[in-house]
Amino acid sequence: MTLDDILASLDKRFKDSIQKIEKTSPKKAFVDMDAAKITQFVIHIFKDLGLRPNTISAVDTFGGFELLYHFSYDRSGVTLSLRALLKDRTEPTIDTITGITRSAWWIEREIHELFGINFRDNKDLRTLLLPDDWPKGVYPLRKDFIPPKRDSRGHTHKPGAA
Amino acid sequence: MSHKATIPIGPYHPLQEEPEFYKLVVEGERVVDVDVRIGYNHRGIEKISEGKSFDQAIFAVERICGICSGSHPIACVQAIEEIAKVEIPERALFIRSIIQELERLHSHMLWLGLAGHFLGYNTIFMWGWKYREPICDIMETVTGNRQNYGIMKVGGVRRDIEKEHVPYILSRLDEFTKQLDMLKGAILDDPVLHARLKGVGILTKEKAIDYAALGPTARASGVDIDARRDYPYAAYPRVKWNVITQKEGDVFAKTVVRILEMYESVNIIRQCLDKMPQGPIDAKVKDVPPGEGIGQIEAPRGECFHYIKSDGTNSPMRHKIRAPTFMNFATFRETVIGETVSDATIILAAIDPCYCCTERMVVVNSKDRELYKGPDLIKLSQEKTRLIKEKMQRL
Repeated sequence: MTLDDILASLDKRFKDSIQKIEKTSPKKAFVDMDAAKITQFVIHIFKDLGLRPNTISAVDTFGGFELLYHFSYDRSGVTLSLRALLKDRTEPTIDTITGITRSAWWIEREIHELFGINFRDNKDLRTLLLPDDWPKGVYPLRKDFIPPKRDSRGHTHKPGAA
Repeated sequence: MSHKATIPIGPYHPLQEEPEFYKLVVEGERVVDVDVRIGYNHRGIEKISEGKSFDQAIFAVERICGICSGSHPIACVQAIEEIAKVEIPERALFIRSIIQELERLHSHMLWLGLAGHFLGYNTIFMWGWKYREPICDIMETVTGNRQNYGIMKVGGVRRDIEKEHVPYILSRLDEFTKQLDMLKGAILDDPVLHARLKGVGILTKEKAIDYAALGPTARASGVDIDARRDYPYAAYPRVKWNVITQKEGDVFAKTVVRILEMYESVNIIRQCLDKMPQGPIDAKVKDVPPGEGIGQIEAPRGECFHYIKSDGTNSPMRHKIRAPTFMNFATFRETVIGETVSDATIILAAIDPCYCCTERMVVVNSKDRELYKGPDLIKLSQEKTRLIKEKMQRL
C-alpha cells in the first residue's frame, strides 16, 4: 500500500471533509481535514488500513490550534499527518481517540496540560509532566505564555505571576 | 475482605539516571493496578528549542538523554534537512550510521547490566558495564566525547573518521565481540534465567499494536518494525543486516532481541567502515524555508520522532519530540498487572525505560503494619532468583 493508495482511500471515503492534500515528499503527506470528523478518520486509518499511530503534535498558529495526527505505515515507509484546525482559542475542544487506540492515552494528557486543549469524553486528563501545584489555566507551550522571570538570585517564581 | 496495599516506588534512586514514580497496588503478592507519574525531569526542551536557532536546537535535543545523545540529534537534523531539502554527502551518511550503531551497542549493554542487577546477577552487571568501555573508547576516538557527541549538524557531520583510527576501531570491536559471545552464553544458556524470565510480563502482539509499542519492545512481541529498514536513512540501505524479532513477548524475548541486535550492530559498523567512500562530510545549507519536516530514526529503544515546523525565520516555530519510551511506557498496564511483586522490577525494567526505584521505597502492609525500607524490591527479586537456583541444584 503506497501513499497514493492511502490518500485515494481517504479521498473516496471522506471527500467532503478533506480540504487540502499536500505531498511534501513521495512518502510523506499532510491532509487538512475537518476536526469534527477526527474519530471517523482515525478509525478508518488505524483499524481498516492498519497504520501505526505515531504521535499528535499540537501547534499554536495565528489561525488557531493545529493538531497533527501522525500515522506511519511501516511496510512501505509512509508517514501521513492529519491536520485538524481548532479555531476557538478560549475553549479548544476535539473528540478523544483513546477509545480507538490506547497509544493516544498519554499524548492527549500531555497536550491537554501544555496547550489547554480539551479532549471530549477523555476521562483521564490528569497532569502528566507538569508539577501538581502548577497554576490552572497557564499553558506553557502556547505562544502567549510569558515565562517566569528570574530574580537576582537566579530563582524563578510561579508562572503567570508578574 | 481484600487487603490491597500500595507500594510507592520513586521518585529518586541513585542507581538510575532518571526519576519516575510508580504506584503499584498489590493484593498479597499480586500486582492488581499500576500507575506512573513522570515529569520530575521535565525541562521543557520543546519550548527551549523554539527560542534557539536551528543549529543550537540540535545541541539542546542532544541533552534530552545521556544515552540517546546520538539519536535525538539525527532525528532533529533529518527533520530540518527535509524542510531545507539538503543533499547529504555519502561519507556523512556512513558516519551517522556508525555513530548510531555504536550508541545502540553501549545502550543495550547498559540495559543488560541493569537487568542483571535487578535479577541478582551482579556479575552480569559488572561485566556488562565493563564491556561497554571499548564502545565508549571508540566513541571518544571518533567524536572526542564518550557521551553527548556533538557530531551531528544540518547537512552532514562535524568530525570525520580518520584513516588511522579505523584499525583501532576494528580491534576494539573484536575485543567487544569476544566478550559479547561470553556474555551471550552466560545469559541465554542459564537455566535459572530461563526459569526467571520466560513467560513473565507478556505483551501480546495485539496489545503491542494497540499501544503502538516500538523498538525491541515491539519486536519481542512479533511486530516486525524497524525504522532503519522501513524509513531508510543514513547508510542503512547500503549495508546488509537483519531485523531481529521474537514471538513470545516476555522479558526473555526482549533480552534475546537486544543481545542478537548487538551482533547486527557490530556487523553494520564493520560494513560501514569497509564501504565508506572518501569525500566531503558536510553540505552547505543556506537557509531553512517555511515548511514542515519529520525525522524518524531508530534509537536503541525504538523509533524516535521529531516534527519541526519552520516559518522562515532562524528558529523552529514548533519542535515536537516523541521519544520511544513515551509509547513503550504505557504498556506497563498490560504487562505488570497480575504478576508478582518480585517480578515487577524486571518487567518494569524490560522496556528499558529510564527506570527508577528508590532508597525511600516503603512497603506498607495494612494488616500487620509491616514496614520495609531501602532497596527491598530489588532484594525481593534477587531472593527469588536465589531460591530458583537452589531448587535447580537439588534436582
